[in-house]
Amino acid sequence: MTLADVKRGTKFNIKHIPDEVVRAQALRLGISEGAQLICDEKVPGGPVIIKRNLQEIAIGRNLAKNILIEEIN
Amino acid sequence: MECCNITHYIDIPPGVKKLVLAGNPNVGKSIFFNFFTGIYVAVSNYPGTTLDISSGRYQNYAVIDTPGVYGVSSFNDEEIVARDVITSADIVVNIVDAVHLERDLFLTQQIIDMGIPTIVALNMMDEAQKNGLEIDVQKLSEELGVPVIPTVATRGEGLEEVKTRLDQACSGVSSLTSDSNIIERLNDLTRKAGNRAEALLILEGDPHVAEKYNLEPPNYREEIYRKRRERVNSVIDNVVSRVDEGNSFKITLGRLMVRPLTGIPLLLLALYGLYQLVGVFIAQTVVGFTEETFFLGIYEPFIRETVRNLVSPTSLLGKLLIGEFGILTMAITYTFGLLLPLVIGFYLFLALMEDSGYMPRIAALVDRLLTSLGLNGRAIIPMLLGFGCVTMATITTRLLGSTRERIIAIFLLGLAVPCSAQLGVIAGLIAPLGPKYFVIYVLTVFAVYVLAGTFLNKVLPGKSTDLLIDLPPLRLPRLGNVFQKTYIKSRSFIREAGPIFAIGAVFITLMQETGLLAYIQEVVAPITVGWLGLPKETATAFIMGIVRRDFGAAGLNSLLMTPSQTTVSLITITLFVPCIAAMMIMIKERNWREAVAIWFGSWITAFGIGGIVALLL
Repeated sequence: MTLADVKRGTKFNIKHIPDEVVRAQALRLGISEGAQLICDEKVPGGPVIIKRNLQEIAIGRNLAKNILIEEIN
Repeated sequence: MECCNITHYIDIPPGVKKLVLAGNPNVGKSIFFNFFTGIYVAVSNYPGTTLDISSGRYQNYAVIDTPGVYGVSSFNDEEIVARDVITSADIVVNIVDAVHLERDLFLTQQIIDMGIPTIVALNMMDEAQKNGLEIDVQKLSEELGVPVIPTVATRGEGLEEVKTRLDQACSGVSSLTSDSNIIERLNDLTRKAGNRAEALLILEGDPHVAEKYNLEPPNYREEIYRKRRERVNSVIDNVVSRVDEGNSFKITLGRLMVRPLTGIPLLLLALYGLYQLVGVFIAQTVVGFTEETFFLGIYEPFIRETVRNLVSPTSLLGKLLIGEFGILTMAITYTFGLLLPLVIGFYLFLALMEDSGYMPRIAALVDRLLTSLGLNGRAIIPMLLGFGCVTMATITTRLLGSTRERIIAIFLLGLAVPCSAQLGVIAGLIAPLGPKYFVIYVLTVFAVYVLAGTFLNKVLPGKSTDLLIDLPPLRLPRLGNVFQKTYIKSRSFIREAGPIFAIGAVFITLMQETGLLAYIQEVVAPITVGWLGLPKETATAFIMGIVRRDFGAAGLNSLLMTPSQTTVSLITITLFVPCIAAMMIMIKERNWREAVAIWFGSWITAFGIGGIVALLL
């Protein structure tokens, strides 16, 4: 499943980020493939806001559709 | 661009060490800078960018500030400047936001990996505590291998200790030691480049630094970044513990700002604040004094009198200097009397929004709308600034992620965003006509904006970048910092745009003297009368609109027109070509071809839409 399908409050692992530059920027902000995150907010039709500890990041919906994730129960 | 040696731009005497302040955006770097340097600060522009670097002295150190960045590379102008300053440092004081170690320590570790002697100021310790974070400072220092000093810069806590421990700065524990392949290549490149910091950047695939040494950049960025990230995460796991959930009001407010149901009313409230600050207070009260009383009332008569003694006012030189569109008269009055106060107002508002952490949340809120126009949420910044001055906004489009986005944003700014100088006149003309015409005006311009963006998004090749931004915690902005930012940005705007307004003035005087202005007026007349159904004198207003957009709108003021005619003429003048200064900035920022395409595109759109509205009304 992709980051765009995740529901607010769900915990998940990032499986794959497609673009090299996006991957580099995400790594800097603290998000790496394999990182455990939580979906903090979803703006309807807009960005998905994800969170690791106190770090929040907004990811555009189109990009979120290309990021593969795995939910953690 | 000449790369990587800042000593050309900042005067540093031999024997003086370079102390560089580095950190992520909004971590309180400027407080440290002021604490080190006092009031004697030199600000110099960094060539090839709109960015300024501040530098000053502290004992035997030259203290140099850098733009806030998340890492050092060449993703944007800020990073390029930070990269060049940091790689030339003798010591780095790295300011770290204790609340955001995940994000901030990446840069710290990158600087440590460069082998530069470093000292870390762990700032905002009070906030970390409020957020329920407990940080083992001693352990953090051991893990990083460099001194770490807890500070609360806003209250001056810990600053003195940073000063006294400068000589303890040392190169810390690299995150790359476990990989023998990378270390081997790094050592090899260090021999070729002569220093480890630049060698690391080459290994991370930085094209500029590689080019400096005529090397092909090997791309190990991902591998290195991954190792660094793993290292930072493990450091954090070892030193940070969460004791409680902390303050939740700011978190709740942050959420309300991005949810449309609450976020849109909050945004409208903020825009109303902007209107009261810039549209009412500055545009009326302040500009009333600076433009009317000072520049038109005192300055212009004085300069005309002075120049008249030297040059005949009817000669070409006289007209160029002090004529209707003179460099010393119109250009100066316009730049300093009208634009400067407005630009300061807009930058002040922007700085407040940025420092409070609200701006990135607005970007997240409007991302959906802007995505459909081929932009992303970050484009809200140039779009907002466009209501101040399109010239200023066009320069700001540099922060957008791709050329495609810049073209779309610049076109939309030139086409459908009326600048503040024009807005005042437009509002004055449309208000007496009643709500019906006001709604027609706003809806038409907005529809054109959306349609043009959607159209460009469809026809332009390539793909726009997606939103990926850090949402920093909400904070009360520090006024000192806000004023400083406003000052620096306004100053560089005037320096960049000032000469353009002067050249524009020369251009217009020449057009008038050669009869070109009158000729265009003739050519346009059939369109204004026949197609738009307006009095033929409106042609003059449109021609004036080429010069300055508010001249155009103001030219309509004196004409007797029916409400429908007024509305049609205002829609047309809003969509009409960007002013001459904005055009020149577009040429400078993009190229001739695109600027001319935008110019003619505006003619066609303005008269096309104006005519359609005229038919419908």
